[in-house]
Amino acid sequence: MDAQSSVAALDDVTVIYGRQAALNGVSVSFAQGAVGLLGPNGAGKSTMIKALLGFVVPSRGRMHVLGDDVATSSREIRARVGYMPESDAHIPGLNAVSFVAYCGELSGLPPADAMQRAHEVLFYVGLGEARYRNVETYSTGMKQRIKLAQALVHDPDLVLLDEPTNGMDPKGREEMLALIRDLARNKGVNVIVSSHLLPDIELTCDRIVVMDKGRVVTEGLIEGLKQPHGQLFELRVKAPLGREAFVAALGAQGFDCQQGDDDVMKVFVPAPHGARELFALAASHQVQVRHLRPSVATLEDVFAQAVGGD
Amino acid sequence: MPIHDQGYRRYGGTRAPSGRAWSVIARAGIRTMLAKRAFVALLLFAWLPFLVRAVQIYAATNLPQAQFLAADARLFRDFLEQQGVFLFFITVYVGSGLIANDRRANALQIYLSKPMTRFEYIVGKFAVLAILLLFVTWVPAMLLLLVQIAFSGSFSFFVDNLFLFPAITLFSFVEVAAVSLMMLALSSLSRSSRYVGILYAVLMFFSGAIYRMLYAVTGDSRLAFVSLPSTLEQLGDAIFRLPLTMDLPVSGALLVIVLLMVGSSYVLRQRVRGVEVVT
Repeated sequence: MDAQSSVAALDDVTVIYGRQAALNGVSVSFAQGAVGLLGPNGAGKSTMIKALLGFVVPSRGRMHVLGDDVATSSREIRARVGYMPESDAHIPGLNAVSFVAYCGELSGLPPADAMQRAHEVLFYVGLGEARYRNVETYSTGMKQRIKLAQALVHDPDLVLLDEPTNGMDPKGREEMLALIRDLARNKGVNVIVSSHLLPDIELTCDRIVVMDKGRVVTEGLIEGLKQPHGQLFELRVKAPLGREAFVAALGAQGFDCQQGDDDVMKVFVPAPHGARELFALAASHQVQVRHLRPSVATLEDVFAQAVGGD
Repeated sequence: MPIHDQGYRRYGGTRAPSGRAWSVIARAGIRTMLAKRAFVALLLFAWLPFLVRAVQIYAATNLPQAQFLAADARLFRDFLEQQGVFLFFITVYVGSGLIANDRRANALQIYLSKPMTRFEYIVGKFAVLAILLLFVTWVPAMLLLLVQIAFSGSFSFFVDNLFLFPAITLFSFVEVAAVSLMMLALSSLSRSSRYVGILYAVLMFFSGAIYRMLYAVTGDSRLAFVSLPSTLEQLGDAIFRLPLTMDLPVSGALLVIVLLMVGSSYVLRQRVRGVEVVT
């Protein structure tokens, strides 16, 4: 995927805060549609978004958004991009419709058009009835919605959503995810959703980019990544001599082992191996296999495998 | 099916060319201020000295007994000095929250995610304060000049004091630019507009008090440069071609003002960012 066909592309980008590399030689392309930016806290997701917006300047590498170079065309890019920040953010002293219209005007819309668009997007995000209330009186969920509204008012080609469901109740979260899905699938708006919540990404996106410790650890179509190149087993064992040696032996064989909350562990056995090798290894370590069932890979498994189960 | 689909629609209208966001910020800021009754009251109050001076000019030009009140350069210089009180209050009222409130509400990342630069943001905020301050300094002073012409029925005063037009303009703009930039810089340092207002007041009064103390000890009025009001006073007297009351060289006063503006601009450049990096 080259810089022209992708909505955003980073080429060997390094961003350093003090002595800490928030992004470390990242090269990745974001395809059109909805792409999830997944990773644990501190993985560098927000830094990547801020770098794409030109808020932070990388010490190395190049970035393109919608075909334009971030280093030279940052303003042109921001005219075509909407940004929903992670933290609570609004223009103080304004009601919702004035705030969103003001954001539209700042993006270059004529005042009358900005006001009309403000009404429309506020209805779209579900704040139509509350649009004349001061934003400072809004609940957390409403503040999330208005952040989305201000990101959409100028009709961007790409929206960058940083933890869009933060602090929302289950119903609000579901509605927010439905909005994001609708934007990407029905409205022709490209979306990059940054989140550490796997279900949010799985519900809204077709593709993911998984980050950890400032690096991209895996990327691709979610369905493709969930297709294992091997077999995933749910395993429950009884190990009179302790299971640590058995887990270590699994690792030594190249079998990825994830311990669950209960005593069930998930073991990924890469092809061409199978259950037979698993039984043989258990026998050699005097481990009794009490339960073994083939399992279907989830995004959680993909994520855990990618970030090493940290 | 709804009569009118209130769903999301793509926008097909026009867009303004980039580089005009500062005027949107300035307009919105001024509109917000003029919607506050307390501010409008303060603004009206700030125009009372204008009325008094207009009556003075009327009396001097129409009543032979009031010739001693006749307008001269000193009248305009004194008028602008009196307006300094209102300049202070309006600067605190309008300026203290201009950036501090945006920082409190994390609005900077909203602003800077739009197609505008940090410079445009600062210019927009500067314009809000500067325009409102010029409305109580330059505008009434220029109107006083017109009042003088109107009441005297001739252009002779204007022609005899041709320097007054540029003097009023230069002094008003230098004064407004200096205090506006200084207040914006202070406003960018905090998330509390109240704290910024107090800090500004302390700096203005404290610097004046330090100068008076130093003057009392050393008797050297060249030390007036430590006080912004005294420095502006010296510069104002020079611009209005009046006898200087302090030994501070005019070039020195000008240098202090320039340094203050450069320093304020540097602070703004450092503080106005889309992301706050703590290292």
